[in-house]
Amino acid sequence: MHSSMTGIVVLGVTLVAGVIIGFLMRRRDGKVRAVKQEVGESAVTRDDLGADLGERATLVQFSTAFCQPCRATRRILHDVAEMVPGVRHVEIDAESRLDLVRRFDVLRTPTVLVVDKAGHVVKRASGLPRKADVIAALGVAVDGSSHESSHQSDSV
Amino acid sequence: MQIDPRGPRFGAAITTLVLAIVLLTRSSWLLGAQAIVFALGAFSTSPYSLLYKRFVRSRLGPPRELEDATPPRFAQGVGLGFAIVGLIGFAAGITPLALGATAAALLAAFLNAAFGLCLGCEMYLIIRRLQPGRTQ
Repeated sequence: MHSSMTGIVVLGVTLVAGVIIGFLMRRRDGKVRAVKQEVGESAVTRDDLGADLGERATLVQFSTAFCQPCRATRRILHDVAEMVPGVRHVEIDAESRLDLVRRFDVLRTPTVLVVDKAGHVVKRASGLPRKADVIAALGVAVDGSSHESSHQSDSV
Repeated sequence: MQIDPRGPRFGAAITTLVLAIVLLTRSSWLLGAQAIVFALGAFSTSPYSLLYKRFVRSRLGPPRELEDATPPRFAQGVGLGFAIVGLIGFAAGITPLALGATAAALLAAFLNAAFGLCLGCEMYLIIRRLQPGRTQ
């Protein structure tokens, strides 16, 4: 009697935790968040990416082989890069670039960094982002780059 | 290899049920059977996928898109790890270990079945990050 009670309690707690985690993850997933420019945080460079930055903005996608939504994310970012002139999509294999994974504190794949033309990360999202959100974030990256750099010169 | 994504999700639903029964009955035999299913899923083909192919897919119509088989395969390996820890717990008479590991595998299977979320896949990069010195 006592032992089966424990099983029921453990099962109940696990399922409730699962529902809570599931809804939290679903809400967070793919949400594009603003990134505060931290003093001393290094900008993304051409050497980091192994490719040129986009003329106006770059969408940096971290992927792994064991990542379900990476393919759909690639498709969305590829489409956006085709659609918006001056924007480039660069995909990074997280496993072979653990240095970048640690530097930009990437915990999950896909993680997308929206990088302005100067290499500053202005927005980021983990999980499959929505196309409209990516386009909106690019608006900020493209318009905001002059504002961002003036803001930076203030703080330095 | 490309697979129908509903296959692993169907498998996760059965896994959830099986692990729930393990928690309620403390049957190490049933957990052992699930461990074998995890192993087959990780290294070959999951018996649950075969059930899906044989009995379910024909009733559902074609999938909207296919997905890579690697992530769910990796997740089956993570499930196998938890199942082995759980079996060690049962064998050594450490009930909290047995129930805890079973609950962890159950949580992952439930999230996959109910939300399509692959917890094992999410853990992959975090595990890799913890391994030092393998940067290129």
